[in-house]
Amino acid sequence: MPPSVNMVALVSVGRHPQSGRSRRAEQDGRAVEMGMNLSCDIDGQLSVVHVGDSKEPVLRQYAGMGLDALTVLEQDSGLDVLPGVVTYLKETKANLVLTGVRAERGESSGMLPYLLAEQLGWPLVPRVAEILSIKEGEAQVLLALPRGQRRSITVALPFIATVDNAAKGARQTAYGPGLRAQLNVVESEDNTDDIATSWDISPAKPRPKRMKVVKAKSAADRFKAATAKPAGGGGRVMKNETAEEKAQAIFDLLKQEKIVR
Amino acid sequence: MSDFSSDNIIRRDPRAEWIARNRLHPLHDSVVSAGRGEVRGPSGLLRKNPHLVGFIGPNGIKRIDRANTNSSAIGGKKWSAPQDVVLPLHQVVNPEGYIVVVPDMVGGRLTAHDKDILGLAHKLAGEHANFAVVAVCFGESKETQFDLAGVDRLIHLFGSEFDGFAPEARLSALMQIDAQYQPQHWLFPDSINGGADLASRLAARLGERPATQAWQVSASKTVCRGASASTDITRETPKILMLLEECGDAIDETRHEALPLDLDGYGLDYWERAESRLVDKGLIAVDPNAIPLAEAEFILSAGNGIHNWDQFHECARALGATEGASRVAVDDGFMPRARQVGASGTWVTARLYLAVGISGAIQHMQGIGQCDKVIAINTDAACDMVKRADLAVVADSEEVLSELIKLAQQYPLSIDNVSNVNEENSDAA
Ligand SMILES: Cc1cc2nc3c(=O)[nH]c(=O)nc-3n(C[C@H](O)[C@H](O)[C@H](O)COP(=O)(O)OP(=O)(O)OC[C@H]3O[C@@H](n4cnc5c(N)ncnc54)[C@H](O)[C@@H]3O)c2cc1C
Repeated sequence: MPPSVNMVALVSVGRHPQSGRSRRAEQDGRAVEMGMNLSCDIDGQLSVVHVGDSKEPVLRQYAGMGLDALTVLEQDSGLDVLPGVVTYLKETKANLVLTGVRAERGESSGMLPYLLAEQLGWPLVPRVAEILSIKEGEAQVLLALPRGQRRSITVALPFIATVDNAAKGARQTAYGPGLRAQLNVVESEDNTDDIATSWDISPAKPRPKRMKVVKAKSAADRFKAATAKPAGGGGRVMKNETAEEKAQAIFDLLKQEKIVR
Repeated sequence: MSDFSSDNIIRRDPRAEWIARNRLHPLHDSVVSAGRGEVRGPSGLLRKNPHLVGFIGPNGIKRIDRANTNSSAIGGKKWSAPQDVVLPLHQVVNPEGYIVVVPDMVGGRLTAHDKDILGLAHKLAGEHANFAVVAVCFGESKETQFDLAGVDRLIHLFGSEFDGFAPEARLSALMQIDAQYQPQHWLFPDSINGGADLASRLAARLGERPATQAWQVSASKTVCRGASASTDITRETPKILMLLEECGDAIDETRHEALPLDLDGYGLDYWERAESRLVDKGLIAVDPNAIPLAEAEFILSAGNGIHNWDQFHECARALGATEGASRVAVDDGFMPRARQVGASGTWVTARLYLAVGISGAIQHMQGIGQCDKVIAINTDAACDMVKRADLAVVADSEEVLSELIKLAQQYPLSIDNVSNVNEENSDAA
């Protein structure tokens, strides 16, 4: 009997933020970690897929996380990876795809999971922090929201999840097992990315810092703006009320700001 | 009336002139201030008397108060900063095209990022004749200044289907807008507050290739960051743009109409067709102290004015606040160093900062510069934190905190009794 959850983690070649060297991509590593943990907990199987060059040494870093095999859809760099992935997912009857939110190389638009979801007609779950459980074809997922908040949602298989930096960090990779892992190379058709060929790509220019421009008509106004204390006026000050009233005013503001719900 | 009315004849008062010339004369002030208004010389020319500017300081030295802060200054024309200037109204009648902005509206208000994007939308609209900038706003909004932020038209979609986490319902609304108004551009903040997610969904559905992390945009060319912000991609401006912060300048010199715009079939079967496959189960309670201080939404911060530390921690727990501290509280060993807010601690971005017994030294104020709302509890009504605060309470910290703890403990009970209708609330409480 085939496993009920057939997971695919899509991995890419990352870029070290300081040195610019190739590395295991941060979010993709977390996606593999999430998949490996899930395949232990539930009746599932994980395959890790890369589209690109099968001789890329970084793939061994993913394999060194403890994978027996890795699938590479062989393709030249700079081509459109989408059609190859769609065919592969359909052939292998995958029903859960884990990806990073944004690649660390190339356009890093983060569009791949969305386009996949659109082509396959699957729902997309953005910025997943944790997949709590998958039972009877329904997954309970924690989303990472800004400011460290979490939201719980449920979604039916199949779906695509992008893995946030808040997910559990990728485990250490071991060099030897990484080298010993098997690479299954699948030839994939070449699809040129016509739009991107017209782009002009250059090293990033530093962005200008925004200046605090003072739009003052007279010298006196400019002087005032330059010497003004940061104190913003217009706040409400409560002095003579009782402590209960003061606390109530604070609490009302908290409620109004939806801090206390 | 006769020709000899006092208006027509200039009468000189030599004594008054003499007193006016002698600035040490006891009557000098009153004479000078009586002759206020414009002074004409014998030839009818307007004369300005430089001696009337300023006043004599306590040690007999003349002072000129150019900042005009001291209202008791005599002489000279009094010009105070114009207040409540009514900005010129920018009107778009029968727009020929639309540029649609979908702001994040974190906490129901336009963020600085949203305002920059609205400013950029106007820059793009300016390159076409008679284009209107439309903002799409989902759910309840607390924003009162859409007009000042540059919104010509507003599509405000209420309805429970858009509340909470509802990217699919929002997407179908955006699809409807696209079909009905055929906007020239869709602008989204490239943010983790949902902007990037919604934009990617729309782009995938429409089959458009969006520009992501765009930071320099004109009608023809767009510069985007790529490869984890290490490259710049220059490309033609596409229909859908996801913009970085500070991509444009917010509107500050015009007022806009912010007229409501209708959406056909809103509330009809169109929305029912978009079945939601992602079922929102509400927010999960997280340990507030596990959230990094720099990211925390609500910080309860303690300073030298806290004497009962157990009570402070209890209050933070009861309110669900992340704890912060001033340097003095940290140096005295009451709080760990990682909790210090300020120049040599953490720069926080909380939406609400509750400062208890903190005087507001400049090193501390620098750290809370990005906070939206500040509440101060302090015994000293004159301290800088009270001046900065949106709500200041002049009282002993211990009393107010104990009342706050009581309120916080009663509150969830009162919700449970009143209503279990709002699932979001009870889940998050
Ligand atoms: C180089 C440098 C870097 C610094 N960096 C930082 C920094 O990063 N962060 C930082 O916070 N500070 C920093 N400081 C220190 C800063 O200048 C102040 O000394 C410090 O912020 C003051 O802390 P405070 O407001 O808690 O204490 P105080 O200034 O002593 O203020 C205590 C306040 O509590 C009020 N109060 C007293 N009793 C009560 C009561 N019972 N109920 C209510 N209110 C009461 C008082 O009215 C007073 O306003 C730095 C200083 C230097 C020189």
